[in-house]
Amino acid sequence: MAAIDGAADSGAMIGEGREEALDAVAGAAPFIAPALTLLCAINVLPLLWSVGASFFHLRADHLTKAPHFLGLGNYVDLMTDPDVWEHFRNTGIMIAASVATQIIVGGFLAFVFHRPFPGRRAALMLVLTPMLLSTVAVGTFFSLFYDPTFGVVSAIVRPFTGAPFAPLGTPFSARLSLIVADAWMWSPFVMLMLLAGLSGIPDRLHEAAEIDRLSPMRRFRSITFPAIRDVLLLALLFRTIESFNMFDLIYTITNGGPGIATESVSTEIYDTAFVLFESGRASALGNISIFVVVVLTRLYFQAVRLRRESL
Amino acid sequence: MAGASLSFSRNSGFRRSAVGYGVGVVYFFPVIWMLLAAFKTRRDQMATPPKLIFTPTLEHFWASFHRASADGSRVFDTGLDRDFMNSLIICFTSVGLALVIGCLAAYGFARLRLAGRDFYMFYILVLRMVPPITAIVPLYFLFRVTGLGGSYAAIILVYTAFNLPFAIWMLRSFINELHEPIEEAARLDGSSELGILWRICAPQMGAGIAATAIIAFVFTWNDFLFSLLLTSVDTRTVPVAMTRVVGADVGVDWGVFAAIGTIYLLPVVLVAFFLQGQLLRGATFGTVPR
Repeated sequence: MAAIDGAADSGAMIGEGREEALDAVAGAAPFIAPALTLLCAINVLPLLWSVGASFFHLRADHLTKAPHFLGLGNYVDLMTDPDVWEHFRNTGIMIAASVATQIIVGGFLAFVFHRPFPGRRAALMLVLTPMLLSTVAVGTFFSLFYDPTFGVVSAIVRPFTGAPFAPLGTPFSARLSLIVADAWMWSPFVMLMLLAGLSGIPDRLHEAAEIDRLSPMRRFRSITFPAIRDVLLLALLFRTIESFNMFDLIYTITNGGPGIATESVSTEIYDTAFVLFESGRASALGNISIFVVVVLTRLYFQAVRLRRESL
Repeated sequence: MAGASLSFSRNSGFRRSAVGYGVGVVYFFPVIWMLLAAFKTRRDQMATPPKLIFTPTLEHFWASFHRASADGSRVFDTGLDRDFMNSLIICFTSVGLALVIGCLAAYGFARLRLAGRDFYMFYILVLRMVPPITAIVPLYFLFRVTGLGGSYAAIILVYTAFNLPFAIWMLRSFINELHEPIEEAARLDGSSELGILWRICAPQMGAGIAATAIIAFVFTWNDFLFSLLLTSVDTRTVPVAMTRVVGADVGVDWGVFAAIGTIYLLPVVLVAFFLQGQLLRGATFGTVPR
């Protein structure tokens, strides 16, 4: 987490008599201007637009009609709509289950692959390929695996039950199917992050533990865990937010069904904006989800800072 | 790492190999399914139980790019070659732009005088986290109003902007690791800041730039949502074209779909194989020291 605190560190250095050197340093403005301009135009401006649009009744298919001012109407509508709460609940359940699976599977993979062995580079590619595939290909192939007639899942279950099995047929199994696809695709990413953390452990620590004949449990608690704690927290943040934003897999595997059981906040925004053309309402829902994301990121930074201070 | 492996016997190395390949093959299984589907004839695909031994065919690869007319007398283009070109052009241009603009900004944030640095860095990270779908609704309008809708410029700008936050964080962490006194010496010799970045920092950052490039490349290459809503038939990328194969009214042609998926996967796997170490460094987005 050095980079996060890097800014604070250099601030401290200024206080330690480096003013002279700093005077010679040019201002950062011309260097960061291109990046900030682009970010403002493509990321920030649309956000401001959507904050404005969320107060109006605005339809993308009637652009010539003057938008009708609603005040907080869209937000009130959303907050009192039981379907919206259902989507947040779905999203929450799927995030929790999927991220937990990714951490466990990713941890297992990191455990298998963190030490060198002959042919490790090629073996790692086998595991890394899922995250290199396009989500559309993954989603479409998993929907084939889940097909009741031709799918491999149905083929495995059929001999036991005697009937074709439709994994996407019930809300529970449909959610489970999505979680499996999402976790399969992204556990390798968690593994990569953990491997990055593990590679920071100096060899001499392991050698010392070897000499002291520490138990595997003790070794994990005193050497491995402290090294990966920060990456683990970061993996948790990244994967939570990416799962929160999950769209492609739902779009290609369940399309939100059965009913609205696997509809997430992202697919709900998509439907509202591009199927119903209710741009004002979609913007309001978008702003609510951005708020959730900012709070999560803040919490993460807070957690990192608290841990640092307690050291 | 090399030192650690010496302390283990040769035997345990082979055992770890066996375990690693075992786990790898199980994990890889769904991909094997796709690769096999790309080389199986339509009849072999539908066989139950699934066939593992079959005569491979390249017909699906041909069919990805060409379509014969009903009577077989004429052959049409499916336009997939164009989609591939689009993917390549859009990906390389936007990743390249993000690296250049990101390098400048990263140098500014790492080395130059700036008030409110933490504030900028936090909100730049937040921009990376914002659900893409929320940005697409307004961008859709923005491009419609400016007449950029469906153009290369529009989609390239969007991908550049969405790769930037990550590029800035990563590259800044790599610049932070460089030895600062060398830069200060150059500064005293009257070198401009741009000169320091170009002649002193950049040559030392090859691995860091490669790590940033490969992660940005994978995200852009495989993105579906932006391309779905912000490109036209002429500028669409392969993932969007793939959904057209699925949506065809004759039912999904799995062989063709698998063939396209396989061709599309190939360049990424090759790049990832050769830059595996960089992929590993890039996974933490430059927020964890290596």
